[in-house]
Amino acid sequence: MRDVAIIGIGQTPVGEHWDTSLRHLALQAALNALHDANIEKVDAIYVGNMLSGEVGGQEHLGALVADSLGMSGVEALKIEAACASGAAALRVGILAIASGMLDLVLVLGVEKLTDTLGGETTAALALAADAEYEVSQGISFVALNALLMRRYMHDYGWRGDDFANFVINAHANALNNPNAMFHRRVTPESYARSALIADPVKLFDASPVCDGAAAVVLAPAEYARTLSPAPVRIRGSAVATAPLAVHSRKDPLALAAARLSARRAYEMAQITPQDVDFFELHDAFTIMSALSLEAAGFAERGQGVRLALEGDITLQGRLPVATLGGLKARGHPVGATGMYQVVEAVLQLRGLAGENQVPAACIGMTQNIGGSGATIITHILEMA
Amino acid sequence: MSGKVAHDWRLKGQRYRLEGEECPHCRVKIFPPRDICPECHKPAKEPYRLSGRGEVYTYSTVNNAPGGFEEYTPYTVALVKLEEGPMITAQLTDVTPENVKIGMPVEMVTRKLRAQGDEGTIIYGYKFRPVLQA
Repeated sequence: MRDVAIIGIGQTPVGEHWDTSLRHLALQAALNALHDANIEKVDAIYVGNMLSGEVGGQEHLGALVADSLGMSGVEALKIEAACASGAAALRVGILAIASGMLDLVLVLGVEKLTDTLGGETTAALALAADAEYEVSQGISFVALNALLMRRYMHDYGWRGDDFANFVINAHANALNNPNAMFHRRVTPESYARSALIADPVKLFDASPVCDGAAAVVLAPAEYARTLSPAPVRIRGSAVATAPLAVHSRKDPLALAAARLSARRAYEMAQITPQDVDFFELHDAFTIMSALSLEAAGFAERGQGVRLALEGDITLQGRLPVATLGGLKARGHPVGATGMYQVVEAVLQLRGLAGENQVPAACIGMTQNIGGSGATIITHILEMA
Repeated sequence: MSGKVAHDWRLKGQRYRLEGEECPHCRVKIFPPRDICPECHKPAKEPYRLSGRGEVYTYSTVNNAPGGFEEYTPYTVALVKLEEGPMITAQLTDVTPENVKIGMPVEMVTRKLRAQGDEGTIIYGYKFRPVLQA
């Protein structure tokens, strides 16, 4: 098996891009990544996306992106795993190079959500849940997270406001990220005042609906250095699954797929959680942040919230998370999110995170969660 | 969400009668039916009808509904732990959200899940209500 490295990154700002199509978002991020890698052609393009068909009436994104880039003829596929589609596409790119079958791969995550309105978008996002036994009951993604958050608070005695620092931290970090959707501070008071959207989930517990695209170029680590002055090596990569529906999981608060994928990634990288310098976690909802920190081995069961309460997750803390805004404040363009996490981790490892630079960042971890936890993908990155 | 007639017709045993399965090897009760035991991973196709009695494991109120459910907001959704073991996602009915508690005993009733305009079919299925006290 060959080691794989990232030799180029690119992204578009995250936001409501009324004047930009999915095709142009994809093109912009891809061209930025190719330019950063200083190459013009690749052997394959893998496009992570969840809802282009449902929201935009357009599937077949592999061929679409290849054509848009003037690379028709190249191998190109769309990869889908709900909100984990971005990291899933990266995983496929890594498999292709590690196997020795391909040398240069462009991995892109893209999502264009704002072409539909509220109820339609909510219904589209619910496609990640079990259609026959969850969605048919009128469940939404917010509601699924509310079910988990309520039980978590019940079992471990937390109050709603105890989750505030996940949000305050993400918004503070986004202030210095020009590509983030939100550039406004959240205070404990504004968090407490935010409206309940599905009790106990407040509006500020949830990440926003938005558009965006992010991309990387992958190459074999053995000659990454000849292609790039600052390659970042992929030390760990793992996908794990859990039952699709929350009700089918033996222990709904355990996020079993996160535990499995993190463990596999640590084993592959031959590190422990203590070696991780920062963690781009999947803070689609504050409850997901808490569960993810616990499942990945950073906190005891029921104690993920404590890391936020005690300041461990800030840029100066023991385990900075959402260092450039996270899903909450950079934004959560679902199928692109996993790629934004990786692009931001590369910025940190290259020392290019500006005001938000994590001091002496050597090892970064990203975790992308599909649905309510049915597909969870962990990557561990290190400066080559 | 479905809205497709054959799709809803296929689910009639589950939606109207909570028809699940029992594993012939380890006797675990299974809902929804999946034909493979989630515990021992052996084939499990023996039909088993669940009692519909259980308790609230967790719940929330939906204010921003997915398309097709907007006219019913606010409504309460829950995970109900059935007394035979399986957990089920369903709406609660005949109760206001402030009167719902984790651990509250509930029982299955058949109710309208959603209508699909003047022309479409009306979908019925299970919801759960507080157990009526004698």
